Amino acid sequence: MLGSLWLIPTACLAGAVLNLLLGALKAPKTVVTVVGVGSVGAATLATYVALWEYLQQPYSEMIERYFTWISAGAITVNASFQLDPLSAVMLAFVTVVGFLIHIYSIGYMHSESDAGYARYFAYLNLFMFAMLLLVLGSNLPVLFVGWEGVGLCSYLLIGYYYEQAWCAAAGSKAFIVNRIGDLGFLLAIFATFAVFGSAEFGEIFSAAAGHPEQYAGAATLIALLLFVGAIGKSAQIPLYVWLPDAMAGPTPVSALIHAATMVTAGVYIVARCNVFFRLSPTAMVVVALIGGATALFAATIGLAQNDIKKVLAYSTVSQLGYMFLAAGVGAFTIAIFHVVTHSFFKACLFLGSGSVIHANSGEQDMTRMGGLRRFMPTTYWTFLAATLAIAGIPIFAGFFSKDEILARTFAAGATDLNGFGDVYRVLWYLAVGGALLTAFYMFRAVYMTFHGPFRGGEEAEQHLHESPRSMTVPLIILGALSIVGGFIGFPGQLFHKTGWNVIENFLHPVILPLGEAHGAAAAAEDAVHAVSLGTEWLLVGISVAVAVFGWLIARRFYADDGAFALPRALAARLPMAYKLLFNKYWIDEIYVALIIKPVHRSAIFLWRIVDELLIDTLFVNGAAFTVELTGDVLRFIQTGNVRNYALAVAAAALALAAFLW
Amino acid sequence: MTPADMVPVPYTWVLALSAFLFAIGVVGVLLRRNGIAIFLSLEIMLNSANLAFAAFAYRFAGRHATVAAALDGQIFIFFVIAVAAAEAAVGLALFIVLHRLKDSIDVDRANILRW
Repeated sequence: MLGSLWLIPTACLAGAVLNLLLGALKAPKTVVTVVGVGSVGAATLATYVALWEYLQQPYSEMIERYFTWISAGAITVNASFQLDPLSAVMLAFVTVVGFLIHIYSIGYMHSESDAGYARYFAYLNLFMFAMLLLVLGSNLPVLFVGWEGVGLCSYLLIGYYYEQAWCAAAGSKAFIVNRIGDLGFLLAIFATFAVFGSAEFGEIFSAAAGHPEQYAGAATLIALLLFVGAIGKSAQIPLYVWLPDAMAGPTPVSALIHAATMVTAGVYIVARCNVFFRLSPTAMVVVALIGGATALFAATIGLAQNDIKKVLAYSTVSQLGYMFLAAGVGAFTIAIFHVVTHSFFKACLFLGSGSVIHANSGEQDMTRMGGLRRFMPTTYWTFLAATLAIAGIPIFAGFFSKDEILARTFAAGATDLNGFGDVYRVLWYLAVGGALLTAFYMFRAVYMTFHGPFRGGEEAEQHLHESPRSMTVPLIILGALSIVGGFIGFPGQLFHKTGWNVIENFLHPVILPLGEAHGAAAAAEDAVHAVSLGTEWLLVGISVAVAVFGWLIARRFYADDGAFALPRALAARLPMAYKLLFNKYWIDEIYVALIIKPVHRSAIFLWRIVDELLIDTLFVNGAAFTVELTGDVLRFIQTGNVRNYALAVAAAALALAAFLW
Repeated sequence: MTPADMVPVPYTWVLALSAFLFAIGVVGVLLRRNGIAIFLSLEIMLNSANLAFAAFAYRFAGRHATVAAALDGQIFIFFVIAVAAAEAAVGLALFIVLHRLKDSIDVDRANILRW
């Protein structure tokens, strides 16, 4: 497969095109399923063959050039793909998670109309194509095509139930908010061309890493612009508002696009361009600050949400914050490690919530659920496994990655990384607080959904059932990955066995060594080794204690108590705080008042005053009116009297003669 | 008086006569209301121009060796006469139509094409 990587995304594109045609032909669901799932299955198979071949050879960056895409003056952009450890890791989990979610969709979407089913799979296949393009692209423009492609598919799939106005609006919101970030990304591409004359990853990174002093300023600019794009795509403060609304789409879409893959594209681009970020202490601290703040902020909102998908959405925003925090303290490999484990357990959680919603005939409010573990044991156990993973309970996947992020943040504070030690120390407290809240709100969701008595009424209780095999099998696989997936990043350094940390060692070559001159950035490399082994074990203990503590509070508050007496009492004691969290800090309303309303008003001003009054009335109709008025006055010169005309001609001739004299 | 005794008229006198005739024509066109009279005035103007052509042809005949230069002005006169004849035909037809409509060829009464 090496040498024809293009087959991988093309298989998905072919599936998308075929499914669009099948939808137009009103083909039966079986055919659509074969094409939709088969194409992604083929892509997955091709990916793993390619990865297996890739691992057989010594480390290298495989670059495959297909054709010249853009050639303008000194700038040449090739359509080319790149296989290196980073894209290999991304490929490995994107295809598997994508394939599992395609299988899950067969069961979840079976009650849709034939045309709707085909449309759904066409969009989902198109998404896989764009995501693979994003991961494989060997330069910024190719990556950008994938970046915009996943945004388009996100929009299409959020608005899948477009008959409902609020779903269509949620799709538009996601698209427009992402557009703000994309502007930053585009400017970053332009800046890269301006500074390096190329956007090929290999060329720009080796140039920047080779001459750190020369490119430090440009790196800060490019890194910050790229991060603006990442903020939009990965739903960080202040552009996170689209992600909770994106839950309007079908649940497998939330799992695939808005939890496991697309939203991690921002983390991917930061890790991919780690050279620029490491050259710029400012960019690093900005990334860490935004990530850390988002991690805690979104977690607090998650505390008071009753919609199961909203809880997971805010949880995703919060976890993405952890990934950026990791990147911001220089632990890019850990960020990618968390992307991978997160894709396992968050996809599992979303698919589990989809299974719950499916059983509850579309009900998403957890206060109208409860006791579901009796009815759907498979969903319960997989959901629980994923919850243990996200909460950071030892041996589960999320424990390894999240613990590593906390440790590296602590190390950054302890070693005074880039002179921003105080910032990183504060961020460590935020991150630990976020971990506590994560454990709490996730176990709250588990207890509200699966424990206690069923609160949805007798009639709904009759309909409760375990989901079909096509949905439970992906759940079991993802649940298993949530349990064991973390061992690819086993923190071997705790046992003096660094070789055990497979993913860190595999990804390490992607972190290019910088030139000698840059001491500050080089310090980030060694930050993790600057903390003693005892301290590291203490940090592990703290993160486990925090997770267990959050679990215990949730248990005390929500387990086996259908009335929620304790949390209600707490909410009554702190009405302001509860309202603040329940209404998500009124951020959407603040954005409406501060941004959307003024924009709307200025649009109305441009419409009514500038367009209608100034241009239409004054310029267009005004010109015509002036001509008409002039004509009205001048026509009185036409007396109809021949001798007047003759006099005018004679006088003019005389005047001409006098002039020429 | 034999031709040898005759003193040639200076061409400037002829030009002065031409200008005088032209002025008469202009005044006639401006002041007369009768269409035919205006037409006559117009013919006077055209013929004053012809006279000027003839004067210049006579004047330049002595200076230039070529026959063509002397003939230029005289040929032009024939053109003007031809055009004037054609114009007279059209003009007279116009006045006949005007007379049918208004029972008069007073040009001041032909004023319906105005605001």
